[in-house]
This record gives sequence, structure tokens and C-alpha cells, in this order.
Amino acid sequence: MLKKLIVTIICIFLLAFNANAGSDGELALKKDQQQEIKDCFEKLNRATFALNHSLDKVLIKPIAKGYRNLPNPIQKGTKNAVTNLSTLITIPNNILQGNVKTAIINTGRLVVNTTVGLLGTVDVANKMGFPKYIKEDYGQTLGKWGVGPGCYVVLPVLGPSTVRDTAGSFVNALGGDPWHNVSVHGNNEFLSEKVFLTSKALSGVDFRSDNLESLDNLEKNSIDFYASLRSLYLQDRENKIKNNQRGMVEVIYKDEEDWEEIDNK
Amino acid sequence: MKKILIIIISFNLCFNHVFSTEPDIFVQSTVNRASQILSKNISKEEKMNALKIVAKETVDIEGIGSYSLGSARKNLNDNQKKIYFDLFENYFLKSFSSRLSEYTNPKINVESKKTLNENYTIVNSVLISTPDRPEVKIDWRIYTKNPEEPLIRDLIIEGLSLARTQKEEFASILNSNNGKIESLFKTLEDFSKN
Repeated sequence: MLKKLIVTIICIFLLAFNANAGSDGELALKKDQQQEIKDCFEKLNRATFALNHSLDKVLIKPIAKGYRNLPNPIQKGTKNAVTNLSTLITIPNNILQGNVKTAIINTGRLVVNTTVGLLGTVDVANKMGFPKYIKEDYGQTLGKWGVGPGCYVVLPVLGPSTVRDTAGSFVNALGGDPWHNVSVHGNNEFLSEKVFLTSKALSGVDFRSDNLESLDNLEKNSIDFYASLRSLYLQDRENKIKNNQRGMVEVIYKDEEDWEEIDNK
Repeated sequence: MKKILIIIISFNLCFNHVFSTEPDIFVQSTVNRASQILSKNISKEEKMNALKIVAKETVDIEGIGSYSLGSARKNLNDNQKKIYFDLFENYFLKSFSSRLSEYTNPKINVESKKTLNENYTIVNSVLISTPDRPEVKIDWRIYTKNPEEPLIRDLIIEGLSLARTQKEEFASILNSNNGKIESLFKTLEDFSKN
């Protein structure tokens, strides 16, 4: 009970802080407007980034490399299972964003994959022709509702985020993630907090394994790796909130007078 | 006189028709050139050198350099501009060729194009998946002000703009060094040397 109260207070604080820090005295809740996201805690963020980077080098990357060497069906099964678990967060967010039809489709996907698909290890729904699955989370929902991103933050272990997205993550712990609820508070003999944490760790390792080469390449060819990752993370979140996987050129270059000025030079 | 005029106009139209390059064909031919280089059995350094030649011919390096500087470009004097553009070209070519040289025999298919205005066309393409890598969507922002000589101004990979990332990277370096352009010069120089 106390834990929930603390999380609620932090959440309210973060959201309130978000509106102020992100707005810099201007309106924070403007929709469809590309905002410059401030790196208010850059020194601290860079320190956390350095810590995460070291942790990645000594622990996460070697594990991801080992995971990459596992037989393909095991990797594929793990990816499918953690993706299936993420549907439990996506469905309520589909509803909160007003996409009831997508929520129904994703519920069908979850049922089929969890049962016929052997606890989600086989993506049967995909083979049956279900529409492509797109993850949603509470940070995206807040963004969709018009809540500004606030400052950019780097979280220990978890990596890049914004104040809004961090607040969104707290909603999971507040009961917004059914998988967290049943495994941590479910009071049953099969699931426990350990199982929940293992699933989250596997999800992280799977993501890192997918990005081994691309992150190495980015690091090698960046003059400021921290700034590159920040830019890519913020662009990616913007695309996800706008549900545009390919990015919208109109958004990328919105308010972009630089090119015009260069052309008219 | 009228006949001569008609012949001149017709010749001009034919000439323009023959030599104007459609952005999607331009992208596919650029990709094919890069692909050929990457599939050759030559050293990584040789691949990088060959890719640099392709980049010099097809990418608006000066435009991207100006864009990457952001508002800082307004404060540069002529000498600083010259130093910057020399350093930027070396940096860009190394970074560009190094990124690409990691791929062996990539297959990119151009799918469609969207003309935004007379200056820009977006060409949509896909990097075909392999057993180790999923399919990657790559969009090309082509500058078409001179239709005979289109130029690449940005690559948007899975919705992420490389030009925007680079601009934010440069801004971060300048911000961390009180806006001193010399710090950016040094960073670019160090990158090209290493």
C-alpha cells in the first residue's frame, strides 16, 4: 500500500514537473507541434550514460552476444514470448488512445498466441494473418493526450527516457501492467517477482542482441555518442507517439528553416 | 527564323528530357553502385575509398555541412567557413563510407517516391532482410532543384533522420564548449585522423 502511494506521489510529481520543465514558460500541452526537448540534467545524464555504457560493456553486451549464439528457435521463441507479454500493456493503451478496434485485435492475438502459440513462444497470430503488431505504452498514451515530453533523462540501467516516459513507466508498477500484477501480486505458486524480472531482463537482452552491430557502428562513427543516442531516441519516440513508423517528413522538417536559408544563400 | 526557333526549342526539350534524372532512378543507380563496391573482394579501406567517390558525386556534402552547423554558421567568418567545410567533408566521407562498409552485398529495393515540391522528392526504399538482420526501411531526401543533377540531402532510416541526428550532435559539442567553433573543428579533425 505504502509502495503504491510512493509511486503515485512520484508519478504526480513527475507529471507536474514535466509540464513545467518542458514548457519553459510556454504552453506545454500543444498537440502536433515539434518541441525542442531540453536536456535539463545533462551533466547527471552524461554520468549515468557513462555508467550504463560501462555496465553494457562488461555485462549486457557479452550476454547479448552469448544470446545471439543460441539456436535460432530459442531466440525466436524468447522474442515472441516477451513480445506477447508486452501485448498486456499495449491493449489498455490502445483503449486509452481510443483505438478500441486495435485493442480487440490485440486481445485476439494475445489469446491465440498464449494458448495455441505455447505461452507466446510461437507467433501463431502472425501466421493467421493478424495485422502487424505495434507496441504501445503509457508514455505514448500521455504523449497522444498532449502531455509534453519534459526534460530528457537517462535512467540507470534502463537508458534514455523523458520525464513523461518515466512517469508512464511508473503506471506499469501502479497496476497498469497485468503481467506485473499477476506475477508480483498474484499470490500463486507458478509466478513470482523473480519470473517478472527475468522476463524483463530477457526482453532487454533480446533488444540488445538485435542492435549489436547497429550500436557498435553508431558508436564508432559518432563524434558524440551520447548526443547521437539522445537524438535517435527522441526521434523514435516522436514517431511512435504519432504512430508513424516510417517517420513523417513533414514532422522531421517542420519548422525547419535552415534548409530554406541554405537554399536561398 | 521561326523554323530555327522551333528546332532550338525542340532540341532543348529533348536535351532536358534525356538528361533530367528521376530521383528514384538516381537512388537505385547510386545504391547499385555502392552495392557493387561492397560485394567486391577488396580490402575494407579500398571499399571505403571507392564509396567516398560515390558520395562526392551523389551527396550534397556542402549543404549537409551548412545544415549540421545550425545557427552557428551565421557567426563564422570566411576563414572559419573554409576550415569548417574542409574538415566537414573529410569527416562526412569517413563517417559515411565507414558506416556503409560494414555491410557486405546489401540489397536495397526502391519502392516508391513522393514529390514534396520542386526542390524535394522523398524516395522510399527497403534494405532486404537477411537471416541476421530484419528488413530496414530507408527513405532518401533528394534535392531536385537542378533536375539534371539530383543530390542526396538526408537518409531517414526507420523514421530516424541522420541529418537531424548529426545536427544535434554538432550542437551538443558546441554547447558543451561554450559555443567555441574551434572545439568542433578539433573534434572533426580528430575523428578524421583516427
